Amino acid sequence: MELRFTPEEIAFRDDLRRFFREKVPAEIRRKVAEGRHLDKEDIVTSQRILNAAGLATPNWPVAWGGKDWTPVQRYIFTEEMQRAAVPLPLQFNVFMVGPVIAAFGNEEQKRKFLPATANLDIWWCQGFSEPGAGSDLASLRTTAEKRDGKYVVSGQKAWTTLGQHADWIFCLVRTDKEAKKQRGISFLLIDMKTPGITVRPVVTIDGAHEVNEVFFDEVEVPAENLVGEENKGWDYAKFLLANERTGIARIGLSKQRLARAKRLARETEAGGRTLWEDTDFRRRVAEIEVGLKALEITQMRVVANQRHRDADKPDPASSILKIKGSELQQATTELLLEVAGPYALPAPDHEQPEGWNEPAVSPEWADAAAPLYFNYRKVSIYGGSNEIQRNIIAKAFLGL
Amino acid sequence: MDFDLTEEQRLLKESIDRFVADHARDPAAHAAAPSLWAGFAELGLLALPFSEEEGGIGGGPVETMIVMEAIGRGLIVEPYLSTVVLGGGFLRLGGTEAQRQEFIPQIADGSLKLAFAQLERQSRYDLHDVATTARRDGGDYVLDGRKGVVLGGDEAGLLVVTARTAGSRRDENGITLFLVDGDAQGVTRRGMPAQDGSRVAEIALDGVRVPAGRVLGEVDGGLKLASHVVDVALAALCADSLGAMEELQRVTVDYLKTRQQFGVAIGTFQALQHRAADMLVAVEQARSMAMYAAMMAEEADPGERRPAIAAAKAQVNRSGRLVGQEAVQLHGGIAMTWEYKAGHYFKRLTSNDVLFGDTDHHLRAVMETGGLVEEV
Ligand SMILES: Cc1cc2nc3c(=O)[nH]c(=O)nc-3n(C[C@H](O)[C@H](O)[C@H](O)COP(=O)(O)OP(=O)(O)OC[C@H]3O[C@@H](n4cnc5c(N)ncnc54)[C@H](O)[C@@H]3O)c2cc1C
Repeated sequence: MELRFTPEEIAFRDDLRRFFREKVPAEIRRKVAEGRHLDKEDIVTSQRILNAAGLATPNWPVAWGGKDWTPVQRYIFTEEMQRAAVPLPLQFNVFMVGPVIAAFGNEEQKRKFLPATANLDIWWCQGFSEPGAGSDLASLRTTAEKRDGKYVVSGQKAWTTLGQHADWIFCLVRTDKEAKKQRGISFLLIDMKTPGITVRPVVTIDGAHEVNEVFFDEVEVPAENLVGEENKGWDYAKFLLANERTGIARIGLSKQRLARAKRLARETEAGGRTLWEDTDFRRRVAEIEVGLKALEITQMRVVANQRHRDADKPDPASSILKIKGSELQQATTELLLEVAGPYALPAPDHEQPEGWNEPAVSPEWADAAAPLYFNYRKVSIYGGSNEIQRNIIAKAFLGL
Repeated sequence: MDFDLTEEQRLLKESIDRFVADHARDPAAHAAAPSLWAGFAELGLLALPFSEEEGGIGGGPVETMIVMEAIGRGLIVEPYLSTVVLGGGFLRLGGTEAQRQEFIPQIADGSLKLAFAQLERQSRYDLHDVATTARRDGGDYVLDGRKGVVLGGDEAGLLVVTARTAGSRRDENGITLFLVDGDAQGVTRRGMPAQDGSRVAEIALDGVRVPAGRVLGEVDGGLKLASHVVDVALAALCADSLGAMEELQRVTVDYLKTRQQFGVAIGTFQALQHRAADMLVAVEQARSMAMYAAMMAEEADPGERRPAIAAAKAQVNRSGRLVGQEAVQLHGGIAMTWEYKAGHYFKRLTSNDVLFGDTDHHLRAVMETGGLVEEV
């Protein structure tokens, strides 16, 4: 039993640290650190820097730009990226559609899509959920009918994250209405510029435009945009969702937020001293730190265990990481909210009065705290809600 | 990074697991169970942490974790923690060569048990709060004071006693550790059962003469050693609680599968499934921290070791509370009975919780030692 990294792993880590700090613009990393919204340009710039260094898609097959890394190296990579507040590569591209095309697409699709997907020349969005199909995803109703060598798609997708920037959408569509729920689903790639597609913004509680509804009205999609076989889409979706859950614990991100909360608490006055001197506050920090340390080791155990497992099968332990990881992400955003205190209340982004030159009473960072807290309620809902994860644990681990 | 056991550790685990399975204590029995001490000696468990030159096996904290996990799983109440982990720890980390040569072989062959007499009426979880005094008198020290909740204190042949040789009651300096014979003149003991079925004692020290050769470690500087040995014991306790949690979790899930109400197994109720899932998450978080504690226990630098051990105990306590309480609730009335074992695991976890620091105490230690997440 050995927790420490080998000297080679430490060198690997230090190289990455240097790369992230030196090559990814400080302004972008500052936005991530403060929990502010990134615009499209930020995400594209950052991913292209990673891609140029061969670091955008380490999880892909080596032939398509992946890295032949050990599980420990992959773990270090994710951790360090989060700790350095580097924007994660666009997950729809890198963790979702890329691996699916690499595993199940044909050669033509791989050539056409993979390099462009890695470099974010194509921005993908995920069209899985629908108004009536959330946790029960297999009940989705968007249809694709084969007509004259084309699929004609009609229906509605919901919750499409960053769909407003997207060039393409990967969709689960129903191609066989007679078959049992999971059987009649196919995986289609659709150009967002195709006639008949309407994207409508949905503003979330943090006031941001992060998600959308996407409507399909008799949208014609070339048959060659089908991935793999017709009616096998559910298998590909399961493969994708398992990929999505790797690294879902986001421990590096939570650590970075917690470290920031500690620093800000030292700079924040409360009751005639600093907030950091308030033992009630520090105790809450200690509780989160303990939980994070435990989760970090749990994550390492899962990582170390990967070499004893069939790599293609999802590890049910990822449900533990999802539950605890999302709870701790939420706890750190809650902590930052508490540090901001009453100064979290103003939402200056929504209105910029002209001609006001007084220095702000609220610290500059404080207005991001509440939106971040609001926004992070999502992490226990998406990616398979925490209740769904408990169902998985009860079945897969406990046999109930 | 590696969480696998070595071949030797696997064999140790197999043998102790088998031994515990064969000698599982019936916690409901009112009569005392036959002693397992000779069996422990035979398996080499009593020689485990000592170096090979001293007649030991040279096991480290991972080996101790393996043994303690099994001991917790089997609800074993033999004084392994007090004799081998604490007493043995004091000798290993602070004993003179003569002391080690005298006592380690006797521990290893099972003829000598030890106990750590530290707790006092006012000290609670503070190792440095010591009112018991040791006054120099010629070549001896003379000890006076009262100790309580001494694990294994009634049957120990040798006591490790904290006493004040200088300073005032809560000073960190001025504490000295003494090796005191259990039946020395002036030692009186009152043994009693503890909540988890193990034994504890109150010990009165009235003018007990201890030769200077029985000072353990530095005069006035005993706190550093005591703190390290207690950290080693905390790591072991984390493993004990982990073993108890694992078994309690298993027993509970079995019960969910077999107990029928409303014509179905109660495990089909989602309200219970989710609580069982939360128990599993808690056990796994505790396992991670028990491993962490094992890996940090022998770290000599308290700046590294203390926050790690404190964090581990805080997490294991938290997990233990949840697993213990939920196990009882998920069982319903049966777990309230003395006859059924779930309640006894709950009691074991509750006892471990308050040994050498509860959750609040250890969270405070995490806080005061600067925490675990470095600032970037
Ligand atoms: C900010 C955000 C971004 C998203 N981005 C995308 C995206 O880009 N693409 C995409 O396809 N989807 C996306 N989603 C959708 C997300 O995957 C769904 O929200 C999720 O699957 C849950 O579905 P639902 O919201 O319909 O809730 P429901 O499934 O209706 O669940 C409601 C409640 O019931 C609980 N519940 C449901 N089933 C069970 C059960 N069997 N047992 C116990 N409890 C249960 C849930 O846990 C939840 O508490 C996003 C969601 C959010 C919030």
